[in-house]
Amino acid sequence: MEKKTNRWGWAFLILASAMIMLFSFYPMFSALMTSFKTGSSANMKYADPIWKNFLRMFKDRMFMTTLKNTFLYLIIQVPIMLVLAMLLAQLLNNQHLKFRGLFRTCIFLPCAISLVSYSLIFRSLFATQGLINSVLMGLGFIEENINWLGTTSTARGVIIFALVWRWTGYNMVFYLAGLQNLDYQVYEAAQIDGANGWHTFWHITVPQLRPVIIMTSIMSINGTLQLFDESVNLTAGGPASTTMTMSHYIYNTAFGTGTANFGYASAMSFLVLVMVAILAFINLKVGDRRD
Amino acid sequence: MIDKKKKMDAIQRRLIPCYIFLIIVSLISVFPLFWMFTAATNTTVEVAQGKLWFGTHALENFKNLVDNTKLWTSFSNSFIYAAVQTILSLFICSLAGYGFELYHTKGKDALFAVLLMAMMIPGVATMIPLFTMMSKMKLINTVWGFVLPALSTPFLIMMFRQNSRTFPVALMDAARIDGLPEWQIFFKIYMPVMKATYAAAGVITFMNAWNAYLWPRVVLTSNNAQTMPILIANLANGYTIDYGMLMMGVLFCSLPTVIIFFILQKQFAEGITGAVK
Repeated sequence: MEKKTNRWGWAFLILASAMIMLFSFYPMFSALMTSFKTGSSANMKYADPIWKNFLRMFKDRMFMTTLKNTFLYLIIQVPIMLVLAMLLAQLLNNQHLKFRGLFRTCIFLPCAISLVSYSLIFRSLFATQGLINSVLMGLGFIEENINWLGTTSTARGVIIFALVWRWTGYNMVFYLAGLQNLDYQVYEAAQIDGANGWHTFWHITVPQLRPVIIMTSIMSINGTLQLFDESVNLTAGGPASTTMTMSHYIYNTAFGTGTANFGYASAMSFLVLVMVAILAFINLKVGDRRD
Repeated sequence: MIDKKKKMDAIQRRLIPCYIFLIIVSLISVFPLFWMFTAATNTTVEVAQGKLWFGTHALENFKNLVDNTKLWTSFSNSFIYAAVQTILSLFICSLAGYGFELYHTKGKDALFAVLLMAMMIPGVATMIPLFTMMSKMKLINTVWGFVLPALSTPFLIMMFRQNSRTFPVALMDAARIDGLPEWQIFFKIYMPVMKATYAAAGVITFMNAWNAYLWPRVVLTSNNAQTMPILIANLANGYTIDYGMLMMGVLFCSLPTVIIFFILQKQFAEGITGAVK
């Protein structure tokens, strides 16, 4: 009887497992193989030397720019967003606060629209003839229109601002869910001991929320390393590819208007995979050690 | 009584900076969406001039959109792809989550740990082999090309596996004593009990499918197969952009998910946090 039910269990999970093997793991190994090859997609040969595509990456200034951009977005946007999300969750968790549901809905609302939609909205808002410029002009802050998306530094700034706008509410929901599961007796004890708000937050809330904080950090890092929709639709990688992300460049290399180079694109995508894995691993280790 | 009221007033007074901060953040969060609605009703000139209120050009923008793009084709494509993905994905992943949790053995737990690693594989790393695979299977520009790689996800399996922890095992034993076959326990007992999880998983899967962009751009190359996000992205590619028409397109791409958000916000929030319990 036991054996029979066990076999049923395997039967239930086999289809999903096989599909993940076929559509995730197999393509991953296949991409690794392709990354050692050169030539057009119909006629691929192993490169000589075999790591040719990987050597090319480090000499490719364009790829280095996209790598730098992606990490710039990661380093600036992820901390700002997570701290802001945590702050908002703390404020909204206050029992005395009125209109909590309304605030929560408003801040969560950006998650309701697609990445392409919000990229296009921000692109229109920050266009040279856009709303942001006309408002700033009307208020007398600027003399002439700022070319937000045509200047490297401001274009990067707009991408970071847009990312924070889109994802803060998303992360806030995780923290709110985490805060609701906290053990309130510890807080009462802390209050009796005379701990102030900051102390309580740092020594009681943060340790208890640690799994959620690690989870959101991994998700954010993972997502930022794969940024694509915003780079394509908000700035189109411009000006002169100075805001382009790695995924955008990889896509262009494989499916762009030039000659498709599956081998080189696969090599770059493999580097992204390795970086995602390493950063997630570091994150888990750092999160574990604070015990 | 009066003392209590005074204390409450004092608390509210201390919260004033919080209110101000939350109001500012809420306004910034809502404004771009509000602007999307108003811009869709204005001419491109009015949009550029910074008009902030609703205009009278909505019908014109809508007509331009219908004349210049395959709006209805793309809209129904998006809907069909997302519906097919949601239904099949929910079935396949819930079945697996059920198997992993309620029939768990060491072997199954080990397999699950391996599958979880697939969460880390970036879309750009698999898109080239998947594209080659779909071309060989002649599935480019079809609903199957779109949905097949996304049907089984570690995230959904994990969500059903975690949520199955609260499933009353006594119900299964009772059903077995009644002589119900194992596969019928899933359909007749597990599915109805897990309604809430299905709702949350359904909302998040539909939204993800509707909003997908990288993979559809690779696998859906023809105009007749394209989805809403691709349609609006193409609208913004020209040298002169009609902002009124563009925002009308963006509105059509966003409306279904915004409606779902407002009706099923609780399920949506549960859906994104669903796997961390």
